[in-house]
Amino acid sequence: MNNLIDLEKKINSELTTKINNSKILHNQLFLDIDCSDLIEVTLFLKNNNLTKFRQLIDITAVDYPENQKRFKIVYLFLSHEFNQRIILTFFINENEIVSSVTKIFPAANWMEREVFDMYGVKFKDHPDLRRILTDYNFEGFPLRKDFPLTGHNEVRYSEEEKKVIYEDIKLEQNYRNFDYESPWEGTKYIKDQIKK
Amino acid sequence: MAKQSKTLNLNFGPQHPAAHGVLRLILELDGEVVEKADPHIGLLHRGTEKLIENKTYMQAVPYFDRLDYVAPMNQEHAFALAIEKILKIEVPIRAQFIRVIFCEIGRILSHILNITTQALDVGALTPSLWGFEERETLMTFYERASGSRLHANYFRAGGVHQDLPRGLEDDISKFCESFPKIINDLESLLTDNRIFKQRNVDIGIVTKQDALDYSFSGVMIRGSGIPWDLRKSQPYDCYEQLEFKIPVGKNGDCYDRYLCRIEEMKESVKIIKQCLTMIPKGPIKSQDGKITPPPKQKIKESMEALIHHFKLFTEGYRVPKDEIYTAVEAPKGEFGVYLISDGSNKPYKCKIRAPGFSHLQSMDYLIKGHMLADVPAVLGSLDIVFGEIDR
Repeated sequence: MNNLIDLEKKINSELTTKINNSKILHNQLFLDIDCSDLIEVTLFLKNNNLTKFRQLIDITAVDYPENQKRFKIVYLFLSHEFNQRIILTFFINENEIVSSVTKIFPAANWMEREVFDMYGVKFKDHPDLRRILTDYNFEGFPLRKDFPLTGHNEVRYSEEEKKVIYEDIKLEQNYRNFDYESPWEGTKYIKDQIKK
Repeated sequence: MAKQSKTLNLNFGPQHPAAHGVLRLILELDGEVVEKADPHIGLLHRGTEKLIENKTYMQAVPYFDRLDYVAPMNQEHAFALAIEKILKIEVPIRAQFIRVIFCEIGRILSHILNITTQALDVGALTPSLWGFEERETLMTFYERASGSRLHANYFRAGGVHQDLPRGLEDDISKFCESFPKIINDLESLLTDNRIFKQRNVDIGIVTKQDALDYSFSGVMIRGSGIPWDLRKSQPYDCYEQLEFKIPVGKNGDCYDRYLCRIEEMKESVKIIKQCLTMIPKGPIKSQDGKITPPPKQKIKESMEALIHHFKLFTEGYRVPKDEIYTAVEAPKGEFGVYLISDGSNKPYKCKIRAPGFSHLQSMDYLIKGHMLADVPAVLGSLDIVFGEIDR
Protein backbone atom coordinates (compact mmCIF):
# COMPACT_ATOMS: atom_id res chain seq x y z
CA MET A 1 0.00 0.00 0.00
CA ASN A 2 1.42 3.29 -1.04
CA ASN A 3 -0.48 5.41 1.39
CA LEU A 4 0.35 5.31 5.07
CA ILE A 5 -3.22 6.01 6.18
CA ASP A 6 -4.57 3.17 4.03
CA LEU A 7 -1.87 0.94 5.42
CA GLU A 8 -2.86 1.82 8.96
CA LYS A 9 -6.50 0.99 8.18
CA LYS A 10 -5.56 -2.24 6.48
CA ILE A 11 -3.39 -3.44 9.34
CA ASN A 12 -6.00 -2.44 11.88
CA SER A 13 -8.72 -4.35 10.06
CA GLU A 14 -6.60 -7.46 9.49
CA LEU A 15 -5.16 -7.63 12.97
CA THR A 16 -7.95 -6.02 14.94
CA THR A 17 -7.41 -7.94 18.12
CA LYS A 18 -3.64 -7.65 18.09
CA ILE A 19 -3.10 -3.94 17.58
CA ASN A 20 -3.59 -2.00 20.80
CA ASN A 21 -2.88 1.37 19.35
CA SER A 22 -1.64 2.89 16.14
CA LYS A 23 -0.58 6.37 15.12
CA ILE A 24 1.20 8.14 12.31
CA LEU A 25 4.01 10.45 13.31
CA HIS A 26 6.72 11.97 11.12
CA ASN A 27 5.61 9.86 8.19
CA GLN A 28 6.10 6.62 10.08
CA LEU A 29 3.51 4.22 11.38
CA PHE A 30 3.77 3.36 15.05
CA LEU A 31 2.07 0.14 16.14
CA ASP A 32 1.57 -0.86 19.74
CA ILE A 33 1.02 -4.59 20.32
CA ASP A 34 1.26 -7.20 23.06
CA CYS A 35 4.47 -9.12 23.62
CA SER A 36 2.75 -12.45 22.97
CA ASP A 37 1.55 -11.41 19.49
CA LEU A 38 4.98 -10.46 18.22
CA ILE A 39 5.61 -13.46 15.97
CA GLU A 40 2.19 -13.36 14.34
CA VAL A 41 2.30 -9.65 13.66
CA THR A 42 5.85 -9.85 12.29
CA LEU A 43 4.93 -12.73 9.98
CA PHE A 44 1.92 -10.82 8.73
CA LEU A 45 3.95 -7.68 8.06
CA LYS A 46 6.61 -9.63 6.23
CA ASN A 47 4.45 -11.89 4.09
CA ASN A 48 1.28 -10.01 3.28
CA ASN A 49 1.27 -8.73 -0.28
CA LEU A 50 0.00 -5.33 0.73
CA THR A 51 2.57 -4.71 3.42
CA LYS A 52 5.79 -6.54 2.43
CA PHE A 53 7.95 -5.29 5.25
CA ARG A 54 10.77 -7.54 4.22
CA GLN A 55 13.61 -5.88 6.00
CA LEU A 56 14.17 -5.64 9.73
CA ILE A 57 16.17 -2.50 10.27
CA ASP A 58 16.84 -2.67 13.97
CA ILE A 59 15.70 -3.91 17.34
CA THR A 60 16.21 -1.89 20.47
CA ALA A 61 14.81 -1.34 23.92
CA VAL A 62 14.04 1.71 26.02
CA ASP A 63 14.27 1.67 29.78
CA TYR A 64 11.60 3.36 31.87
CA PRO A 65 12.59 2.36 35.42
CA GLU A 66 9.58 4.06 37.01
CA ASN A 67 7.04 2.08 34.95
CA GLN A 68 5.72 -1.22 36.13
CA LYS A 69 6.36 -2.60 32.68
CA ARG A 70 9.89 -1.41 32.56
CA PHE A 71 11.16 -1.99 29.03
CA LYS A 72 9.77 -0.86 25.76
CA ILE A 73 11.00 -3.14 22.98
CA VAL A 74 11.14 -1.51 19.58
CA TYR A 75 11.26 -3.17 16.16
CA LEU A 76 11.92 -1.08 13.06
CA PHE A 77 10.76 -2.47 9.73
CA LEU A 78 11.25 -1.22 6.21
CA SER A 79 9.33 -2.07 3.07
CA HIS A 80 11.30 -1.46 -0.11
CA GLU A 81 8.30 -2.11 -2.35
CA PHE A 82 6.11 0.54 -0.77
CA ASN A 83 8.87 2.73 0.61
CA GLN A 84 7.44 2.80 4.12
CA ARG A 85 8.58 2.32 7.65
CA ILE A 86 6.82 0.74 10.59
CA ILE A 87 7.84 1.00 14.21
CA LEU A 88 6.48 -1.86 16.29
CA THR A 89 6.58 -1.50 20.06
CA PHE A 90 5.42 -3.27 23.18
CA PHE A 91 6.11 -3.05 26.88
CA ILE A 92 7.42 -5.87 29.04
CA ASN A 93 8.39 -6.09 32.67
CA GLU A 94 11.85 -6.95 33.87
CA ASN A 95 11.57 -10.73 33.94
CA GLU A 96 9.43 -11.27 30.89
CA ILE A 97 10.92 -13.25 28.02
CA VAL A 98 10.40 -12.13 24.42
CA SER A 99 10.09 -14.53 21.50
CA SER A 100 13.01 -14.34 19.16
CA VAL A 101 12.36 -13.38 15.52
CA THR A 102 15.62 -14.91 14.26
CA LYS A 103 13.63 -17.57 12.38
CA ILE A 104 11.84 -14.91 10.38
CA PHE A 105 14.72 -12.47 10.00
CA PRO A 106 18.22 -13.93 10.38
CA ALA A 107 19.46 -10.37 10.89
CA ALA A 108 17.73 -10.32 14.27
CA ASN A 109 20.45 -12.53 15.72
CA TRP A 110 22.96 -9.85 16.64
CA MET A 111 20.30 -7.23 17.26
CA GLU A 112 18.69 -9.39 19.93
CA ARG A 113 22.09 -10.19 21.37
CA GLU A 114 22.72 -6.47 21.64
CA VAL A 115 19.43 -5.85 23.43
CA PHE A 116 20.25 -8.70 25.79
CA ASP A 117 23.72 -7.30 26.38
CA MET A 118 22.62 -3.73 26.98
CA TYR A 119 19.32 -4.25 28.82
CA GLY A 120 19.28 -7.85 30.02
CA VAL A 121 16.12 -8.71 28.11
CA LYS A 122 16.03 -12.43 27.33
CA PHE A 123 14.84 -13.91 24.06
CA LYS A 124 13.19 -17.30 23.76
CA ASP A 125 14.51 -19.68 21.05
CA HIS A 126 17.47 -17.51 20.22
CA PRO A 127 20.24 -19.74 18.78
CA ASP A 128 23.13 -18.12 20.58
CA LEU A 129 22.24 -15.56 23.24
CA ARG A 130 25.64 -14.28 24.36
CA ARG A 131 26.90 -10.84 25.20
CA ILE A 132 28.13 -9.03 22.14
CA LEU A 133 29.49 -5.54 22.67
CA THR A 134 30.72 -5.56 26.24
CA ASP A 135 33.88 -7.20 27.55
CA TYR A 136 34.21 -10.92 28.24
CA ASN A 137 32.88 -11.60 31.78
CA PHE A 138 31.20 -8.23 31.96
CA GLU A 139 28.52 -7.84 34.59
CA GLY A 140 25.50 -5.57 34.57
CA PHE A 141 23.47 -4.03 31.79
CA PRO A 142 25.00 -0.74 30.72
CA LEU A 143 22.10 0.98 29.01
CA ARG A 144 19.71 0.54 31.92
CA LYS A 145 19.06 3.91 33.48
CA ASP A 146 20.29 2.70 36.90
CA PHE A 147 23.71 1.72 35.55
CA PRO A 148 26.22 4.48 36.39
CA LEU A 149 27.85 6.31 33.50
CA THR A 150 31.30 5.65 34.90
CA GLY A 151 30.75 1.88 35.14
CA HIS A 152 32.03 -0.38 37.91
CA ASN A 153 35.43 -1.64 36.74
CA GLU A 154 38.61 -0.26 35.32
CA VAL A 155 41.46 -2.19 33.75
CA ARG A 156 45.19 -1.64 33.86
CA TYR A 157 48.36 -3.54 33.20
CA SER A 158 49.88 -4.75 36.43
CA GLU A 159 53.67 -4.84 36.46
CA GLU A 160 53.71 -7.29 39.39
CA GLU A 161 51.30 -9.79 37.95
CA LYS A 162 52.45 -9.25 34.37
CA LYS A 163 48.94 -9.14 33.03
CA VAL A 164 45.95 -6.86 32.59
CA ILE A 165 43.90 -6.76 35.78
CA TYR A 166 40.41 -5.54 36.66
CA GLU A 167 39.87 -3.28 39.64
CA ASP A 168 36.94 -1.41 41.12
CA ILE A 169 36.75 2.01 39.61
CA LYS A 170 38.56 4.78 41.49
CA LEU A 171 37.88 8.30 40.39
CA GLU A 172 40.12 11.17 41.42
CA GLN A 173 37.03 13.28 41.44
CA ASN A 174 33.43 12.19 41.52
CA TYR A 175 31.51 12.34 38.29
CA ARG A 176 29.88 15.73 38.23
CA ASN A 177 26.55 15.92 36.58
CA PHE A 178 25.62 19.56 36.37
CA ASP A 179 21.98 20.25 35.91
CA TYR A 180 21.83 23.28 33.69
CA GLU A 181 18.13 23.15 33.11
CA SER A 182 16.61 26.38 34.26
CA PRO A 183 14.28 25.92 37.21
CA TRP A 184 11.96 28.56 35.83
CA GLU A 185 10.82 29.37 32.36
CA GLY A 186 9.92 33.02 32.85
CA THR A 187 6.80 34.47 34.31
CA LYS A 188 3.44 32.83 33.98
CA TYR A 189 2.03 35.11 31.31
CA ILE A 190 4.98 34.34 29.02
CA LYS A 191 4.46 30.62 29.57
CA ASP A 192 0.83 30.97 28.59
CA GLN A 193 1.85 32.78 25.44
CA ILE A 194 4.29 30.05 24.49
CA LYS A 195 1.63 27.41 25.03
CA LYS A 196 -0.68 29.18 22.61
CA MET B 1 44.07 -47.03 6.90
CA ALA B 2 41.24 -44.58 7.30
CA LYS B 3 42.34 -40.98 7.22
CA GLN B 4 41.58 -38.98 10.31
CA SER B 5 40.57 -35.38 9.94
CA LYS B 6 39.74 -32.73 12.43
CA THR B 7 38.84 -29.09 12.19
CA LEU B 8 41.31 -26.43 13.11
CA ASN B 9 40.32 -23.39 15.11
CA LEU B 10 42.05 -20.26 13.96
CA ASN B 11 42.04 -16.98 15.80
CA PHE B 12 42.07 -14.13 13.28
CA GLY B 13 42.77 -10.83 14.99
CA PRO B 14 42.03 -8.79 17.14
CA GLN B 15 45.15 -7.09 15.84
CA HIS B 16 45.33 -8.08 12.21
CA PRO B 17 45.99 -5.61 9.41
CA ALA B 18 43.36 -7.18 7.15
CA ALA B 19 40.67 -7.05 9.83
CA HIS B 20 40.20 -3.29 9.28
CA GLY B 21 40.21 -2.59 12.98
CA VAL B 22 39.82 -4.64 16.10
CA LEU B 23 37.91 -7.65 14.91
CA ARG B 24 38.46 -11.02 16.50
CA LEU B 25 37.29 -13.67 14.09
CA ILE B 26 37.24 -17.26 15.23
CA LEU B 27 37.41 -19.51 12.22
CA GLU B 28 36.83 -23.22 12.06
CA LEU B 29 38.88 -24.63 9.24
CA ASP B 30 38.77 -27.93 7.47
CA GLY B 31 42.07 -27.85 5.68
CA GLU B 32 41.91 -24.47 4.01
CA VAL B 33 38.14 -24.35 3.76
CA VAL B 34 36.28 -22.22 6.28
CA GLU B 35 33.45 -24.11 7.96
CA LYS B 36 32.32 -21.52 10.43
CA ALA B 37 33.17 -17.95 11.30
CA ASP B 38 32.30 -16.38 14.62
CA PRO B 39 33.12 -12.68 14.75
CA HIS B 40 33.74 -11.31 18.24
CA ILE B 41 33.09 -7.61 18.23
CA GLY B 42 32.93 -4.93 20.87
CA LEU B 43 36.64 -4.42 21.36
CA LEU B 44 36.15 -0.78 20.44
CA HIS B 45 32.94 -0.35 22.43
CA ARG B 46 32.89 3.09 24.04
CA GLY B 47 29.30 3.30 25.20
CA THR B 48 28.39 6.07 22.78
CA GLU B 49 24.66 5.64 23.31
CA LYS B 50 25.01 5.86 27.08
CA LEU B 51 27.20 8.95 26.79
CA ILE B 52 24.74 10.65 24.47
CA GLU B 53 21.96 10.12 27.01
CA ASN B 54 24.04 12.15 29.45
CA LYS B 55 24.92 15.04 27.17
CA THR B 56 22.91 17.90 25.74
CA TYR B 57 21.91 17.67 22.11
CA MET B 58 24.69 19.97 20.99
CA GLN B 59 27.32 18.10 23.00
CA ALA B 60 26.20 14.83 21.47
CA VAL B 61 27.16 15.78 17.92
CA PRO B 62 30.91 15.04 18.22
CA TYR B 63 30.17 11.45 19.23
CA PHE B 64 28.76 10.89 15.76
CA ASP B 65 32.10 11.82 14.18
CA ARG B 66 33.68 9.02 16.11
CA LEU B 67 31.36 6.33 14.80
CA ASP B 68 32.30 5.82 11.20
CA TYR B 69 35.46 7.88 11.37
CA VAL B 70 36.23 7.74 7.66
CA ALA B 71 33.09 9.69 6.75
CA PRO B 72 32.24 11.67 9.89
CA MET B 73 29.81 14.23 8.56
CA ASN B 74 27.37 11.68 7.14
CA GLN B 75 26.65 10.48 10.66
CA GLU B 76 26.15 13.96 12.05
CA HIS B 77 23.67 14.49 9.27
CA ALA B 78 21.33 11.77 10.53
CA PHE B 79 21.35 13.19 14.05
CA ALA B 80 20.83 16.76 12.87
CA LEU B 81 17.90 15.70 10.68
CA ALA B 82 16.28 13.86 13.58
CA ILE B 83 16.38 16.91 15.83
CA GLU B 84 15.23 19.22 13.05
CA LYS B 85 12.20 17.06 12.33
CA ILE B 86 11.16 17.04 15.97
CA LEU B 87 11.74 20.75 16.43
CA LYS B 88 10.12 21.43 13.03
CA ILE B 89 12.76 23.93 11.98
CA GLU B 90 13.58 24.92 8.44
CA VAL B 91 17.14 24.60 7.26
CA PRO B 92 18.27 27.46 4.98
CA ILE B 93 18.92 26.43 1.37
CA ARG B 94 22.59 27.29 1.50
CA ALA B 95 23.10 25.09 4.54
CA GLN B 96 21.37 22.20 2.79
CA PHE B 97 23.74 22.48 -0.15
CA ILE B 98 26.80 22.74 2.08
CA ARG B 99 25.70 19.61 3.90
CA VAL B 100 25.15 17.68 0.70
CA ILE B 101 28.54 18.74 -0.64
CA PHE B 102 30.25 17.51 2.49
CA CYS B 103 28.22 14.31 2.64
CA GLU B 104 29.35 13.48 -0.86
CA ILE B 105 32.92 14.36 0.03
CA GLY B 106 32.50 11.92 2.92
CA ARG B 107 31.25 9.28 0.53
CA ILE B 108 34.31 9.70 -1.68
CA LEU B 109 36.57 9.60 1.39
CA SER B 110 35.01 6.37 2.55
CA HIS B 111 34.95 4.68 -0.84
CA ILE B 112 38.58 5.57 -1.60
CA LEU B 113 39.60 4.06 1.70
CA ASN B 114 37.57 0.94 1.11
CA ILE B 115 38.58 0.32 -2.48
CA THR B 116 42.26 0.86 -1.86
CA THR B 117 42.47 -1.16 1.34
CA GLN B 118 40.50 -3.97 -0.24
CA ALA B 119 43.07 -3.94 -3.02
CA LEU B 120 45.79 -3.92 -0.39
CA ASP B 121 44.27 -6.98 1.27
CA VAL B 122 44.43 -8.93 -1.95
CA GLY B 123 47.95 -7.82 -2.73
CA ALA B 124 47.97 -4.49 -4.58
CA LEU B 125 49.92 -1.75 -2.83
CA THR B 126 49.87 1.09 -5.36
CA PRO B 127 46.14 2.01 -5.23
CA SER B 128 46.37 2.89 -1.56
CA LEU B 129 49.32 5.19 -2.17
CA TRP B 130 47.48 6.99 -4.95
CA GLY B 131 44.15 7.04 -3.18
CA PHE B 132 45.38 8.36 0.12
CA GLU B 133 46.82 11.42 -1.55
CA GLU B 134 43.32 12.34 -2.70
CA ARG B 135 41.89 11.61 0.74
CA GLU B 136 44.38 14.08 2.15
CA THR B 137 43.12 16.77 -0.25
CA LEU B 138 39.54 16.04 0.77
CA MET B 139 40.41 16.20 4.42
CA THR B 140 41.90 19.64 3.97
CA PHE B 141 38.45 20.67 2.67
CA TYR B 142 37.02 19.29 5.89
CA GLU B 143 39.61 21.23 7.81
CA ARG B 144 38.97 24.49 6.04
CA ALA B 145 35.24 24.26 6.63
CA SER B 146 35.15 22.91 10.15
CA GLY B 147 38.64 23.34 11.62
CA SER B 148 39.56 19.69 11.85
CA ARG B 149 40.49 17.01 9.39
CA LEU B 150 38.47 14.17 10.87
CA HIS B 151 36.24 14.97 13.80
CA ALA B 152 34.40 17.80 12.19
CA ASN B 153 31.50 18.59 14.56
CA TYR B 154 30.18 20.72 11.71
CA PHE B 155 26.53 19.81 11.09
CA ARG B 156 24.22 21.19 13.75
CA ALA B 157 20.50 21.05 14.14
CA GLY B 158 19.31 23.94 12.01
CA GLY B 159 22.19 24.08 9.55
CA VAL B 160 25.95 24.02 9.81
CA HIS B 161 28.26 25.63 12.32
CA GLN B 162 29.89 28.24 10.09
CA ASP B 163 29.97 29.38 6.50
CA LEU B 164 32.53 28.10 4.01
CA PRO B 165 35.71 30.18 3.99
CA ARG B 166 36.52 32.27 0.95
CA GLY B 167 37.91 30.27 -1.97
CA LEU B 168 36.86 26.84 -0.72
CA GLU B 169 34.07 26.48 -3.28
CA ASP B 170 36.55 27.19 -6.10
CA ASP B 171 39.02 24.68 -4.74
CA ILE B 172 36.39 21.97 -4.40
CA SER B 173 35.31 22.60 -7.97
CA LYS B 174 38.95 22.34 -9.11
CA PHE B 175 39.14 19.02 -7.29
CA CYS B 176 36.00 17.85 -9.12
CA GLU B 177 37.77 18.54 -12.40
CA SER B 178 40.89 16.62 -11.53
CA PHE B 179 39.45 13.75 -9.51
CA PRO B 180 37.74 11.75 -12.32
CA LYS B 181 41.20 11.24 -13.81
CA ILE B 182 42.34 9.73 -10.51
CA ILE B 183 39.36 7.37 -10.51
CA ASN B 184 40.35 6.30 -14.02
CA ASP B 185 43.91 5.73 -12.86
CA LEU B 186 42.68 3.59 -9.99
CA GLU B 187 40.46 1.69 -12.37
CA SER B 188 43.36 1.11 -14.75
CA LEU B 189 45.16 -0.55 -11.86
CA LEU B 190 42.29 -2.70 -10.64
CA THR B 191 39.25 -3.17 -12.87
CA ASP B 192 40.89 -5.38 -15.47
CA ASN B 193 43.68 -6.55 -13.24
CA ARG B 194 43.88 -10.34 -13.51
CA ILE B 195 44.91 -10.95 -9.91
CA PHE B 196 42.34 -8.55 -8.51
CA LYS B 197 39.62 -10.25 -10.53
CA GLN B 198 40.74 -13.73 -9.54
CA ARG B 199 40.53 -12.74 -5.93
CA ASN B 200 37.15 -10.99 -6.11
CA VAL B 201 34.95 -12.30 -8.92
CA ASP B 202 32.41 -14.84 -7.64
CA ILE B 203 33.64 -14.47 -4.06
CA GLY B 204 31.18 -13.67 -1.29
CA ILE B 205 28.05 -13.79 -3.43
CA VAL B 206 24.93 -12.30 -1.85
CA THR B 207 21.57 -13.17 -3.38
CA LYS B 208 18.72 -10.66 -3.43
CA GLN B 209 16.74 -12.60 -0.86
CA ASP B 210 19.66 -12.85 1.54
CA ALA B 211 20.45 -9.18 1.12
CA LEU B 212 16.95 -8.48 2.41
CA ASP B 213 16.96 -11.09 5.15
CA TYR B 214 20.28 -9.96 6.56
CA SER B 215 19.25 -6.29 6.61
CA PHE B 216 21.86 -5.21 4.12
CA SER B 217 21.87 -1.68 2.86
CA GLY B 218 23.98 0.63 0.77
CA VAL B 219 26.46 -0.93 -1.62
CA MET B 220 25.86 -4.35 -0.11
CA ILE B 221 22.25 -4.41 -1.30
CA ARG B 222 22.85 -2.53 -4.54
CA GLY B 223 25.67 -4.88 -5.48
CA SER B 224 23.09 -7.67 -5.42
CA GLY B 225 20.86 -5.89 -7.87
CA ILE B 226 18.31 -4.13 -5.68
CA PRO B 227 18.15 -0.47 -6.67
CA TRP B 228 17.63 1.05 -3.24
CA ASP B 229 19.18 4.32 -2.18
CA LEU B 230 17.69 6.56 0.49
CA ARG B 231 18.93 9.64 -1.33
CA LYS B 232 16.44 8.77 -4.09
CA SER B 233 13.70 6.89 -2.29
CA GLN B 234 13.38 9.02 0.83
CA PRO B 235 15.23 12.19 -0.12
CA TYR B 236 16.42 14.54 2.59
CA ASP B 237 17.83 18.06 2.37
CA CYS B 238 18.26 19.09 -1.28
CA TYR B 239 18.86 15.67 -2.84
CA GLU B 240 15.52 15.95 -4.62
CA GLN B 241 16.80 18.78 -6.80
CA LEU B 242 19.92 16.94 -7.88
CA GLU B 243 20.39 14.54 -10.74
CA PHE B 244 22.38 11.42 -10.18
CA LYS B 245 22.25 7.73 -10.96
CA ILE B 246 22.26 4.73 -8.68
CA PRO B 247 24.79 2.14 -9.82
CA VAL B 248 23.50 -1.41 -9.33
CA GLY B 249 25.45 -4.65 -9.49
CA LYS B 250 24.45 -7.89 -11.16
CA ASN B 251 26.09 -10.83 -9.43
CA GLY B 252 26.37 -9.60 -5.86
CA ASP B 253 29.99 -10.64 -5.51
CA CYS B 254 32.95 -8.69 -4.15
CA TYR B 255 33.89 -7.50 -7.61
CA ASP B 256 30.44 -6.02 -8.29
CA ARG B 257 30.55 -4.20 -5.01
CA TYR B 258 33.91 -2.76 -5.97
CA LEU B 259 32.47 -1.59 -9.31
CA CYS B 260 29.48 -0.02 -7.55
CA ARG B 261 31.79 1.95 -5.30
CA ILE B 262 33.81 3.22 -8.24
CA GLU B 263 30.65 4.34 -10.04
CA GLU B 264 29.28 5.92 -6.88
CA MET B 265 32.39 8.05 -6.57
CA LYS B 266 31.81 9.31 -10.12
CA GLU B 267 28.20 10.12 -9.26
CA SER B 268 29.31 11.90 -6.09
CA VAL B 269 31.60 14.13 -8.14
CA LYS B 270 28.62 14.99 -10.36
CA ILE B 271 26.50 15.80 -7.31
CA ILE B 272 29.18 18.07 -5.86
CA LYS B 273 29.53 19.86 -9.21
CA GLN B 274 25.78 20.46 -9.41
CA CYS B 275 25.71 21.72 -5.84
CA LEU B 276 28.51 24.16 -6.50
CA THR B 277 26.63 25.70 -9.42
CA MET B 278 23.28 25.76 -7.62
CA ILE B 279 24.40 26.90 -4.16
CA PRO B 280 22.90 30.31 -3.31
CA LYS B 281 24.19 32.97 -0.96
CA GLY B 282 22.42 33.38 2.34
CA PRO B 283 22.28 32.23 5.93
CA ILE B 284 23.86 28.91 6.87
CA LYS B 285 21.84 28.13 9.92
CA SER B 286 18.35 28.61 11.20
CA GLN B 287 17.78 32.12 12.44
CA ASP B 288 16.01 30.90 15.57
CA GLY B 289 18.21 32.18 18.37
CA LYS B 290 16.84 29.58 20.75
CA ILE B 291 18.41 26.77 18.73
CA THR B 292 21.46 28.05 16.89
CA PRO B 293 24.07 30.27 18.52
CA PRO B 294 24.37 33.91 17.40
CA PRO B 295 27.43 35.16 15.49
CA LYS B 296 30.29 36.35 17.69
CA GLN B 297 29.87 39.93 16.58
CA LYS B 298 26.29 40.06 17.78
CA ILE B 299 27.19 38.81 21.23
CA LYS B 300 29.17 42.00 21.75
CA GLU B 301 26.34 44.24 20.64
CA SER B 302 23.09 42.67 21.66
CA MET B 303 21.97 41.65 25.12
CA GLU B 304 19.52 39.13 23.69
CA ALA B 305 22.25 37.48 21.65
CA LEU B 306 24.45 37.26 24.73
CA ILE B 307 21.69 35.56 26.70
CA HIS B 308 21.01 33.17 23.83
CA HIS B 309 24.69 32.31 23.62
CA PHE B 310 24.95 31.71 27.35
CA LYS B 311 21.80 29.61 27.55
CA LEU B 312 22.72 27.53 24.51
CA PHE B 313 26.16 26.60 25.76
CA THR B 314 25.06 25.83 29.30
CA GLU B 315 21.52 24.54 29.23
CA GLY B 316 21.32 23.82 25.51
CA TYR B 317 18.01 23.73 23.72
CA ARG B 318 15.08 21.65 24.80
CA VAL B 319 13.44 19.21 22.46
CA PRO B 320 9.74 18.47 22.97
CA LYS B 321 8.62 14.97 23.86
CA ASP B 322 8.68 12.89 20.69
CA GLU B 323 9.94 9.75 19.05
CA ILE B 324 11.50 9.50 15.61
CA TYR B 325 13.64 7.32 13.38
CA THR B 326 15.60 9.07 10.68
CA ALA B 327 18.02 7.47 8.29
CA VAL B 328 20.52 8.74 5.78
CA GLU B 329 22.38 6.99 3.04
CA ALA B 330 25.84 6.92 4.57
CA PRO B 331 28.68 5.57 2.42
CA LYS B 332 28.34 2.18 4.04
CA GLY B 333 24.57 1.92 3.94
CA GLU B 334 21.56 3.01 5.92
CA PHE B 335 22.74 4.89 8.97
CA GLY B 336 19.84 5.62 11.26
CA VAL B 337 19.17 7.41 14.51
CA TYR B 338 16.23 6.39 16.65
CA LEU B 339 15.72 9.29 18.98
CA ILE B 340 13.38 9.57 21.94
CA SER B 341 13.18 12.99 23.51
CA ASP B 342 11.42 13.74 26.77
CA GLY B 343 11.18 17.51 26.68
CA SER B 344 14.46 18.11 28.50
CA ASN B 345 17.79 19.23 27.08
CA LYS B 346 19.17 15.69 26.79
CA PRO B 347 18.02 12.78 24.63
CA TYR B 348 16.20 10.13 26.65
CA LYS B 349 17.33 7.44 24.28
CA CYS B 350 19.40 7.55 21.15
CA LYS B 351 19.82 4.27 19.36
CA ILE B 352 22.32 4.29 16.54
CA ARG B 353 21.66 1.95 13.67
CA ALA B 354 25.00 1.24 12.05
CA PRO B 355 25.00 -0.42 8.63
CA GLY B 356 28.22 -2.32 9.29
CA PHE B 357 26.67 -4.16 12.23
CA SER B 358 24.31 -6.17 10.05
CA HIS B 359 26.92 -6.57 7.33
CA LEU B 360 29.47 -8.10 9.65
CA GLN B 361 26.82 -10.31 11.18
CA SER B 362 26.47 -12.12 7.88
CA MET B 363 30.17 -13.03 7.87
CA ASP B 364 29.41 -16.63 8.80
CA TYR B 365 26.93 -17.01 5.96
CA LEU B 366 29.18 -15.26 3.43
CA ILE B 367 32.39 -17.09 4.15
CA LYS B 368 31.12 -20.63 4.68
CA GLY B 369 32.76 -22.92 2.13
CA HIS B 370 35.28 -20.34 0.97
CA MET B 371 39.03 -20.64 1.35
CA LEU B 372 40.92 -18.99 4.16
CA ALA B 373 42.51 -16.55 1.72
CA ASP B 374 39.05 -15.27 0.80
CA VAL B 375 38.38 -14.06 4.31
CA PRO B 376 40.24 -10.74 3.85
CA ALA B 377 38.68 -10.25 0.41
CA VAL B 378 35.13 -10.67 1.75
CA LEU B 379 35.86 -8.66 4.86
CA GLY B 380 37.30 -5.89 2.71
CA SER B 381 34.26 -5.73 0.47
CA LEU B 382 31.88 -5.53 3.46
CA ASP B 383 33.41 -2.12 4.20
CA ILE B 384 33.84 -2.59 7.92
CA VAL B 385 34.72 0.26 10.24
CA PHE B 386 34.72 -0.62 13.89
CA GLY B 387 33.88 2.81 15.15
CA GLU B 388 30.29 2.36 14.01
CA ILE B 389 29.91 -1.36 14.66
CA ASP B 390 31.07 -1.28 18.27
CA ARG B 391 29.72 2.18 19.07
